[in-house]
Amino acid sequence: MKLIFEKSVPGRHSSLLPACDVPAFDLPETRQEPLELPELCENDVSRHYTQLCQRVHGVNCGFYPLGSCTMKYNPRIDEEAAALPGFTGVHPLAPADSVKGCREVCELAAKYLCEISGMDGMTFQPAAGAHGEFTGVLLIKQYHDARGDKARTKIIVPDSAHGTNPATAAMCGYDVVNVASAPDGCVDLEALKAALGPDTAGLMLTNPNTVGIFDKNILEITRLVHEAGGLCYYDGANLNAVMGHVRPGDMGFDCIHMNLHKTFATPHGGGGPGAGAVGCKEFLKEFLPKSALMEGEGHIQVRGFAGNFLVVVRALAYLMTLGKEGVPEASTNAVLNANYLMEKIKGSFTPAFDRVCMHEFVLDLSEFKKETGVSALDVAKSLIDNGMHPPTMYFPLIVHEALMLEPTETESRETLDEAAEIFRKLYDLAHTDPEYMHHAPHHAQIGRPDEVAAARNPIVRWVKA
Amino acid sequence: MTINPDLKYTKSHEWVKEEDGVAVVGITDFAQDALGDVVFINLPEAGDEVVAGESFGDVESVKAVSDLLSPVSGIVQAVNEELIDAPEMLNSDPYGAWIIKVEQVNDYEELLDADDYEALCAEEG
Repeated sequence: MKLIFEKSVPGRHSSLLPACDVPAFDLPETRQEPLELPELCENDVSRHYTQLCQRVHGVNCGFYPLGSCTMKYNPRIDEEAAALPGFTGVHPLAPADSVKGCREVCELAAKYLCEISGMDGMTFQPAAGAHGEFTGVLLIKQYHDARGDKARTKIIVPDSAHGTNPATAAMCGYDVVNVASAPDGCVDLEALKAALGPDTAGLMLTNPNTVGIFDKNILEITRLVHEAGGLCYYDGANLNAVMGHVRPGDMGFDCIHMNLHKTFATPHGGGGPGAGAVGCKEFLKEFLPKSALMEGEGHIQVRGFAGNFLVVVRALAYLMTLGKEGVPEASTNAVLNANYLMEKIKGSFTPAFDRVCMHEFVLDLSEFKKETGVSALDVAKSLIDNGMHPPTMYFPLIVHEALMLEPTETESRETLDEAAEIFRKLYDLAHTDPEYMHHAPHHAQIGRPDEVAAARNPIVRWVKA
Repeated sequence: MTINPDLKYTKSHEWVKEEDGVAVVGITDFAQDALGDVVFINLPEAGDEVVAGESFGDVESVKAVSDLLSPVSGIVQAVNEELIDAPEMLNSDPYGAWIIKVEQVNDYEELLDADDYEALCAEEG
């Protein structure tokens, strides 16, 4: 398929802009070289983007159990709320008393999210999850620095963590200490005790963790970290599994980020915009970044103006439509769906941890691969031929040949049954025609892109021939 | 999978060979196979200190980023800069593509001989 730049025809254009009704103004400096913008008429543009839409698989097309990503269906009403002109037409520099409605959105959303997370303060500045982690760990750093405690140089991260956790700790100037998981997938308490000391700045943890297991020792874990003088950071990546049931604040965490785009319904996966709301306990509030739309002075700003404000609008609309009963019900159904699907698939593929899971589960295909020669990648590619988005592959790293499924609460029993049937079919196919699966997908627009060449010689910019 | 009988090995799949008091370090055939196609490598600089059992760099494959753990403590004498432009040498010739040379070696990680390393690979494979 051609890029929009390649479809450009000199002189072709659309009459989308109204006639100028303000006096013309000459800029003091003008660009000398042409902009090279594509020249197309309206239907060229419309067809181009429609074609792109048809070539991808999104939550609006079908099942999308991409583990760890919470690809739930996003209710249209949240989009409608975010499209209200009172929100979209606001200028970032508008005086505070002219954007009272927007401030009210932030204050109300902060109140609800504090209630859900068990925190006392909230900022909507960070642009997404990893940015939220960065902000949260800076809170921890600021707390120690403000006390003159300079000896704390280490952040503890379990080996099942998302890669962004150690990256965040390193970006904040900390040494990362990896703690191994116990065989049950939870944090190994003895390994944690051995890692803790007067140099511990904090712990970063996702609970339920990346293999979909709620750590039964969570109160003991946070107690041990506090006892060593460190703080506890909650990565809200998996909050969808527990919201309305248990609060990170009550588990002993001091600060948290929540992926509003993920847990509270903003279409995501295409690179944003998202929002990584950061919450904290009372004693950290003084270090929160300030925002153009929130009360109080705040500390520094980690992003321009009010962050990705419209994502906050969607989150608030989502929370208000679900309400006090709906929020925990969404979590309950996310967990129920994951367990239902795991039980149905169990007859063929093997879960990495054979126990009740939370919102997601991991299949371990290492034995299956030894038996048939068919890898997790081959199965994932074959799922594309069956109209399903593949699960997350080869993650977490502690499981070999991993496939990680997160069906989310918005899928019906029929969808889950159908997915389980596809898995069963592929299990059988791997035993009769593994060769066919090595070359899957057979019916997709793109089969197996050359990831190695793409990583070694990336072409990230179009250049006019 | 090949194992070179003349080398010593770490449990984390690096190999080491001592030549005139200098330790030459690379990753094993087992390691490159488990990693898959290597696309980037981060190397230390000559003169840097390395500590046995601790990271001295990392390799990125299409699957994951993995730390390189040093089999010895000492000072980096040289790094194989060819690998920066051609990290695929780690896949095609793991025992030829040395990564760093370490001098002033003063400590060792627990090292395995070829037989013990073969047994470890069999266990993990």
